[in-house]
Formats: sequence, structure tokens, C-alpha cells
Amino acid sequence: MAQSAINGTMIHRIEVRLRSGFGDPHAEGVLAQIQELGIETVLAVQSARLFFLEGELTEDDARRVAAELLTDPVTEEFLLERRKTASGSAVVEVHRKAGVMDPVAASAEQAIRDMGLEVASVRTARRYELIGQVSDEKRATIARRLLANDVIEDVHFAAYAPPVTRTGKYELKIVEIPIRELDDDALEKVSKTRDLFLNLTEMKAIQDHYRNAGREPTDVEIETIAQTWSEHCGHKTFRSDVRVTDESGNEIERIPNLLKTTVFGATKELDKPWCISVFEDNAGVIEFDDDWAVCFKVETHNHPSALDPYGGAGTGIGGVVRDPMGTGMGAFPVANTDIFCFGPPDMPLADVPKGVLHPRRIMRGVVAGVRDYGNRMGIPTVNGAVYFDEKYIGNPLVYCGTVGLLPREKCFGNPASGDAIICVGGRTGRDGIHGATFSSGELTHEHETEFSGAVQIGNAITEKKMLDTLIQARDAGLYSAITDCGAGGLASAVGEMGEHLGAEVHLDRVPLKYAGLSYWEIWESEAQERMVLAVPPENVEEILKIFAAEGVEATVIGHYGTPDIHLRLFYDGQLVGELEMEFLHNGLPRPTKEAVIKSAKRTSPSPKTRDNYNDILLKILAAPNVASKEWIVRQYDHEVQGGSVIKPLVGAAHDGPGDAAVVRPVLNSRKGLVISCGMNPRLGELDPYNSALHAIDEALRNNIAVGGNLAQMAILDNFSWGNCNKPDRMGALVAAAKACYDGAMAYGTPFISGKDSLNNEFQTETGETIAIPPTLLISAVSVIEDVSRCVTADAKEPGNILFLLGTTTDHLGGSHYLLVEGAESGTDVPPVDPAGSRKVMEAVQKAIVAGLVRACHDLSEGGLAVAAAEMAFSGGLGVELDICGTGVPPAAKLFAENAGRFLVEVAPENCGAFAEMTKDIPCGKLGCVTDTGRVVIKDNTETVVDVSIDDAKQAWQGTFDW
Amino acid sequence: MTKPKAMVLRAAGTNCDKESQYALELAGFEAERVHVFRVMENPALLDEYQLLMIPGGFSYGDDVAAGKILANQMIHHLAEALNKFVVAGRLILGVCNGFQVLLKSGLLPWGRAGADEAGSDATLTWNDCGTFVDRWVNLRADSDKCVFLTKGQTLALPIAHGEGKFVTTGEAVLNRIRDAGQAAVRYDGDNPNGSTDDIAGICDPTGRIFGLMPHPERFVDPTQHPTWTRRGSNFADADGLAIFKNAADYLK
Repeated sequence: MAQSAINGTMIHRIEVRLRSGFGDPHAEGVLAQIQELGIETVLAVQSARLFFLEGELTEDDARRVAAELLTDPVTEEFLLERRKTASGSAVVEVHRKAGVMDPVAASAEQAIRDMGLEVASVRTARRYELIGQVSDEKRATIARRLLANDVIEDVHFAAYAPPVTRTGKYELKIVEIPIRELDDDALEKVSKTRDLFLNLTEMKAIQDHYRNAGREPTDVEIETIAQTWSEHCGHKTFRSDVRVTDESGNEIERIPNLLKTTVFGATKELDKPWCISVFEDNAGVIEFDDDWAVCFKVETHNHPSALDPYGGAGTGIGGVVRDPMGTGMGAFPVANTDIFCFGPPDMPLADVPKGVLHPRRIMRGVVAGVRDYGNRMGIPTVNGAVYFDEKYIGNPLVYCGTVGLLPREKCFGNPASGDAIICVGGRTGRDGIHGATFSSGELTHEHETEFSGAVQIGNAITEKKMLDTLIQARDAGLYSAITDCGAGGLASAVGEMGEHLGAEVHLDRVPLKYAGLSYWEIWESEAQERMVLAVPPENVEEILKIFAAEGVEATVIGHYGTPDIHLRLFYDGQLVGELEMEFLHNGLPRPTKEAVIKSAKRTSPSPKTRDNYNDILLKILAAPNVASKEWIVRQYDHEVQGGSVIKPLVGAAHDGPGDAAVVRPVLNSRKGLVISCGMNPRLGELDPYNSALHAIDEALRNNIAVGGNLAQMAILDNFSWGNCNKPDRMGALVAAAKACYDGAMAYGTPFISGKDSLNNEFQTETGETIAIPPTLLISAVSVIEDVSRCVTADAKEPGNILFLLGTTTDHLGGSHYLLVEGAESGTDVPPVDPAGSRKVMEAVQKAIVAGLVRACHDLSEGGLAVAAAEMAFSGGLGVELDICGTGVPPAAKLFAENAGRFLVEVAPENCGAFAEMTKDIPCGKLGCVTDTGRVVIKDNTETVVDVSIDDAKQAWQGTFDW
Repeated sequence: MTKPKAMVLRAAGTNCDKESQYALELAGFEAERVHVFRVMENPALLDEYQLLMIPGGFSYGDDVAAGKILANQMIHHLAEALNKFVVAGRLILGVCNGFQVLLKSGLLPWGRAGADEAGSDATLTWNDCGTFVDRWVNLRADSDKCVFLTKGQTLALPIAHGEGKFVTTGEAVLNRIRDAGQAAVRYDGDNPNGSTDDIAGICDPTGRIFGLMPHPERFVDPTQHPTWTRRGSNFADADGLAIFKNAADYLK
């Protein structure tokens, strides 16, 4: 049957599949993953794309669409009828749930119209045929574990035709939430049942407000307050006052507004003249050159990525890209970064708790999500890192960062009373309702179903074409302010931009993806790819033309400015909500948080003395945190826009580790941006203070290692923490925040932006709580004069001399050495000496700028031995070092992870000049680059390491050879 | 002497347009980025340019198939103007997504846009590895016909694509392409995507329409090369720039 009539409407089903003779790499990938699940009876997988065309199309029309548009005539064939399922095969069809964004369908509709045909709607789906003996149970497992995501998709085990979905028009019904007469229990119940994630104190503040107002709140009012006051938007933990006690309950100190006294405080005291706008916009802004400024923002998208790794990570990158786009008068994104934390990729399936996806699936989905969004946007993904720990099993972390470029004279927006509020970009749907509040709560094993509405689905092309037109509107000077619609949707965007003006919004004017949304859903929706502009009335017509010229939707939905600085929301002309901006933004009671600081007990298992450390070195190189991430890096376009100078992978064969990325954002200039990161979650639990300093030091020294500039280097903080209502978690946060202050001051690097994601805890079915380790990501960006001075870590030439800069001690706590030895991790994290470290960095920078350095690599996980091996195999050469001297045991000399150290290659003729530049810092000549293809390390006369670079490289590359 | 004019065509999802414009300018063109809607409104706009470049990116998200939707627009709205452009002896360059568009619109391999010609003889399909890949490859120019290349020249350029495996409907089509000197550029050594006969790019029978998967606009400055820190940043020419310069020289 070629057509099916459902609800009286014709639907043509078209199945497109590869012709025999053309391999299907996707199906082969699915087969490999089925085998990874331990299911051996599936012999082959065939896949097909399904299209459902609805509308006034004849069968000939449908055939023409199938032949000319949907099928590649060389490699594919199509069927207009349902294929009989062959015996010995099992069918799985994956269809999107109603209302879930389908970008392919939207493009196909447009293309069919380009062909001169009329189509009402297109839907797409995927079909798999599993060849072999597959029980129903196994088929269901494969469908659930690999092929579909219950959150956004439905699975059918036979050919399925989706019904035509017609959502009914929404009938206005203003809903009040009576709270004035409620007691404490009832108030808490309101918060819980409406998923407001507000605590009792906050609920009581709202109650007081409405008692004074003499009325009950409407649903949209209480939702707006909950969203504005959410942890995600309000950073209330970080802005709270803190009472710090020791373990016996003795008060040590009280800290007023933690954020202001630590992270902000350092920036304010450093007062760098090149900081243009810090902590006040969607991204921090610094100077680049006379014409341009750069901004940088890093966000987390942890909770959504746990539920739908692909969509969650994709919208994570899509969301952070809109931050620079919404900074000042709008920046053009020039580079992305991404840092992930996952559970162990080799965890047995049976050990994965109910309600969470396997780490491997999360990792694959997250990488694909970032890939497909970032690559489509045309933003190079230049820097990143991946860490693994069992405690990330229920709460994977997904950090996405974007660097943007904006004109110096357009670094500030200034909305004015009377400006039109224009919503531009994607349409509004039910996606992402309650994202802001949801990301502030703890995940439980039931969240997978409870919060499916909180998952957003992105469409990168909608965002890209919006970006193209926004830059034109910016350069034409047509708007006075811009911000992104992120967490909290219009409520957050309009609420923030209109904080000092007031605003009137007509919610019925917001373009919708489908009918049926209530006014509060429109207001709170976190549908992706939307920005909000403030446009002077005289420019409205012209700006709408710019958007229309490239097919970008833009709509006037209200205006800024009310005499009383209120927010008024209307639907069909009726007032549905009214809030004082003052209460909304300043009514949140500032709580006092309890923090317990644990005294660190310094324990360290004594390192074993061995004849040699070859196996240890190879094991560390293969450890997931250290091993090559080439599998990920290659899937990202890191060169689009043409500014790539130092790539994520470096060396003779383009496959060695790069310390940091360098990009040239202005193509006709030699100036560059150096982008790097630092993080060490293994140390976080052991010593949150030093762990934070290590993260800062690592970000900085990675930056310096390729030629970064400490004199104009800015840093960003991203805290992912457990539930900070628990005093021990809060204590770790306080310690790390203090380290941020101390580090920023000592290194002279101001924080320009930051974000926190708290409550990363997961409750299993049995009631056990798994908190993530305290995880602080530090990102760094510096501005350099001439990119052609940059260096890479790969060893360059036999005969060149290798110097070790910085101090090594015998602290091994949290080291990879102890990890691969299978020993207790100890607690004696190497203390960081930021002042000493800064001197080392300044010397390295000076030597690089002077052209004395041929290669430079920072020492991090695995210490000296790993750095030396990486330099050797990246260069396709060898190294020979002698680590004699000092009272430190050999294992520490090889593998200690002290901060502030570099291994530097210098040509013999430059050694004198280099020694002069480094005379005031700890610097030892360790050996030289060789052409032997071996990493040889001696301790006096003993050879403690001797491995071939092939073995070292194989160990490093083998772990993620996916 | 007046500079030749180049149009860099962009659509929703095009994302290599700025650096392509920059590369063309470096090579001596006056280059402008023009949205496809402007050309659809006024196809005569093409008459003002001597070179049309369709740059890389994900036009319309590569929804349905890479380059398909933009090719569909060119077939249904611009075929006549494009064919006139070709007959007038002007140049067309398609890089990556632009190559996919040229093949799916019919401009390659045989030099004519239109529904009947489009895409039935050769296409670009999924890489053998099944995913997007960004890496550098070595290439060899194998045609004396293609005006963008010098036969025998070797080049290093980056690829960045998921659907770059060149395939034809059969040996006969492949032979026809080879015999006419249209197999313009081949992967030299490693074939990164499984392309038939290592083909990385082809030209039409006149040599004036050229499509390739690697990105010449990403190697117009020495510091874009992945091992420039090993050889210093002042090595002679960046290989990608030569392709644009050849086009400019041809038009002079």
C-alpha cells in the first residue's frame, strides 16, 4: 500500500536505503555496539531512512520527491510501500515523539516547495533490521540501549506510520496559585509539586510579598520568580554568606557573599586595564587589539546530557555559543572548547545503576552532539579534555566554552525605555520547560521520565542563520541591546534586560512551533536558538527586513519601559502576570550556608622501589585521563574559519598531544589567542584548596607552553559540585573559592567570567547518594602579538638540549603513579607555590618570545616521564635524560605531579642565552633529544626507564582506538 | 589592471565563506559573499562575476543528504543562469560542501545544472569510517585540463567532512571521467574516506568547473600547516593559495 489514510489525510511513506554493494558504516557501527553489549546472535544490521509526506501529493508527486530529493541515485534506492520483513530478521523503527524538533523534516518541506510541490508536513524516522536470531527481549534491549532514547523517541517493532498530530488551540485560563494562607508544609508542597526547587525561606519570602500585595500570585508569576531565583540563574549558593566551622563545630570564620570575596574580589583588586567587562555580561570581555575585543564564556550542561547525551550536549554547545552572541552588542564566535567527565568507559553493564545510561553511550552521544552542533555552526573546536571517575556515573559533566570576537566600540548594550522587544530565531515550543530549575536539583533514578520535558533539541542551522543576520544588524547599528534566551527562556532574557526599565510582553505574539502552549509555558520555554533584542522603534522596520532577507523569523513581542518598572505579561490583551522588577531581582533572601572545613591529614603510601619503571610509564600513558583523545578530536572541525595556528594534535605525524590551542581570529593580523584549560578532579576530594590551585596552574602553564602571554591572560572558573546544602560539600567549595582568589592574585590573572553547577548528586534505587568529586575547571585565554613565535611540544631535533624547569618534591597524593600501582591515593597532594610558579612561567614566556625554545611541554598527569615520552614520540625521535641528584625518590622524580614545571628543548647554540634567562628559577639540564627512537631515563648509573617510542605511542593511543 | 570578481555563494549553514573570501582576495580577486536568496531573486547578478565559489559548510544542515537542499534550489531556481555562466567560459569552484552541491546539481561531472543531469552518475557518500574527520592529507594534481591545478604538483591540505567518499555508478562512468582528464586531484598515499580511485576532486570536461573535498582556503598562510613549528613559519608558499592564484591567472 503506497498511501495510508489516517484521520482523512494522505500520508506517503518513503523508505530510503543503500543499494547493495555500498557499505553502510552506520549500520556497521550499530552492529559493533550490539556486540559490545554481549549479544552475539545479530549477524548484520541494515538501516533505512523513513520519510512520511503528508498533504495534497499524488503518488507520482511522492515518487518524484523520493527520486529527485530524498534518494541519492548513485548509492540509494527507495520504496514507496512497506517492505515485507524478511524471516530471520527483527525490525526496530525509531520515531520522534510528537513535538520533538525534526530539523531534517523542516528542510525537506522547504525543498519540496522549491520543487514546486505543496506538502503540509514531513516527518522522518529511522528503521533498523537486525539480521539473525534475535529474541524479543534482546531486540528491546538493543532498541533501548543503542538505537533510541526514550526521552525523545518512541520505538516500534513493526512498520509504523505516525498519526497526524494536530494540537488544539490554547484557550486562555488564568491560573492563580493560592499561597497566602498556607502553612510551612503546604508551601513546601507547592514548591515540590510544581517543581519550583525553592526552599521554605524562599517560599515564605514570596508569601510575604503577596500578602503585602493583597492578592494571590498567578502561575506565570510564581514560575518567573522560581526561575529567576533558581540556583542556575541566581547563583545563590555562591552569593550566600557562609559560616565556616571545623569538624568539631567550632566556628572559624564568617564569609559575606562568597563570590564577591573570592573570585570577583581578585579581579577587582587586580584591576587590569585590558579587562573591558567582567562578570556583568553573558561573557567576560578583554581587549584584543585597537579594533577588536574578545570574550569568553564556559557553561555546563550536565543534567540534560545525563538524560539525552546527544541532544543535551548539542544544546550545551548551542547555548554557550549564544552567550558571546549576546555579549555587548554581539560577538562572532571564533573558537569552542569542550571538557567532559564520564564514568569509566569499561564499566560492566550490570554495575550501571538504574536510571542512568552506560558511560560509553553517554560519551559517544555527547561527542556526537558537540560534533554535529559545533561543526554545523562553523566554529572550530580547538581545545578540550576528558576525565573519568566512577563518581561521574550518574552525573556526567559537559563543559562547553565559546570565544567570541566583537568590535571594541560595541562591548556594551544599553536598552532604553520605549525599545521594542524583538524575539529572533527559532520558534517556541514545549521543549526545555523547567530547565533552569531542573538543573538546580538532584537527579534521581526516576528523573529519566520525570523531566523529559526539560530536554531541549537543537537545530544548529537555525542558530547559524540567526548569527549571520544578527552580525549584519549589529554592524548597521539597529539595536540597542541583545541577550540570549538560555535557561529560563524569555522570562530570563526579558527579565534581565528590563531589570531597570520594566517591560510589557504580549505572549500570544510569540511564534510557536505548534499550538496549545499556555502563556506560562511560552514565557518559560527553553526552546533553543532564540535571542532577544531591544530595538529603538524607528529601526524596527529595517531590522525586520534584514532578518526576513535570509529567512530568519523575528517578531515584536512587546516593549521595554513601564512607569513603575514592573514586568507585565499579557495574553490576548488580558493581564496574566505582573511583577515588580525590584522584588524579582532583589527579593531573594540571601541565606547563610554552613560549611565544614576538614583538616587535611597528609598521608602518603611510600613508593615502591623498582628495577625499572617501564611498565608504570606505559600504564600511565594508557590511563583514560592521559591517553590520546584523537578519536574525539578528529570528529571536530578544528580548522574552520581559517585561524588555526596550534592544533589540538601536534608533531611530526600530527598525532601528539598539544598543550593549548592558538588561533588567529583576525585573518589579516598576526595577533593570536592562546586557549587552554586545567582541571584535576582526582585531587578535588583529597585537597580542594590545592586541587583548585593545580587547576589554575595547569591552565596557565598549558597556555604558556605554546607561547601564551601571562601579562594579558584571563581565566574562567566553572565549579561542578555536589549538594552544597551539605556542609562538607560547602566546605570544599569555600576552600576552592579561596584558592581561586589566592591563585588569581599570585599569578596576576583575573577571572573574567564563571559559572557553577551545583547539586551534581545522584540517588540510586537503593537510596545511595553518589556525589561527583569537587570538579573545578579553569579555562584560560591570553593575547599574543605574533603567532609565528609559538611552539609545540614535539621534540624537534636530535642533539638539542632538554631542561626541566620548576621544583619536584616527593608528594605523590592523587598521582597517576599511585593509581596505576593500585595503591591508596594518599592525601598529600603536592602543594602549589603560585609565586614560584609564576616566575617559571615568566621565564618560559620570555625564552619563547626570544625564539630560544624549539619545543616546550608542561608536566601534568604522570609527571616528567610522561612528558618526556610524549615529546619523544610526537617528534618521532628519542630522548635521553638523567634525573640524578636531589633527595627525592626515583618514583617521585619520574612521576610526581608538582605544578609549575616544564620540559623545554633548546638548540645547543642557544643554551647560554637560555641559561641566562632562567638563572633565577629552578632549572636543570636533564639531557638531550636523540634519534634512537627510545625514551631513556637514567638515575645516576641506573637506567630506570627504557622504552621505545613506538610502544609508548601505542600505549597512549590504544585506549580510545574506537 | 582590474581584479577579477568572485562571488562566494552562501546559504543557511554555509560556514567557510569568510576565509574563502579572504583566500580569494589574497590571490588577487575582488571577492564578495552573496546569499543565495539574492541570486534567486535576481539570477542576472551572476553576470557581474568571473568566478563562482561554493564554499564549505553544512548548507541547510546537510539535511536529507550533504549539499542536497542547496543543489535542489540551484536546479529549480538557478539552472539557466548557471548554465549560461558556464557557457560564457567563467569558473566555478566548489569546496567540500560546495563539491557536494556541484555533483548533486549536475554541474559536475558533465558541466550542466538541471534535474535530468543531476547526481545520477557520481556522488559523495559517507566516509568508510562513518563519521566526520578533520585531518591533513597529501594530494597529487593529475589533470592538465583543470585550470585550478598544475599537473604533477603535490599539495598538502586539510579535509573536514563526513560525506566525502567519491563513488560513481559504475566502471564506465569512472573511465569516462578518467579518460577525459577529469580526475583532477587524487589522495597521494593515505585515502582518508575510501574514495574510488583515490579521487579527491574532479573537474568538468572543460576544466573550468572544479570540485574537491580538501579545503584550499585553509592553507593560505604557513602557520595553518600542522607541522609549521617543525619547519619554521617562513616556508615558501601555502599550497592552498596556489589553487586560487591559478584561477586568478587564468582569468587575467
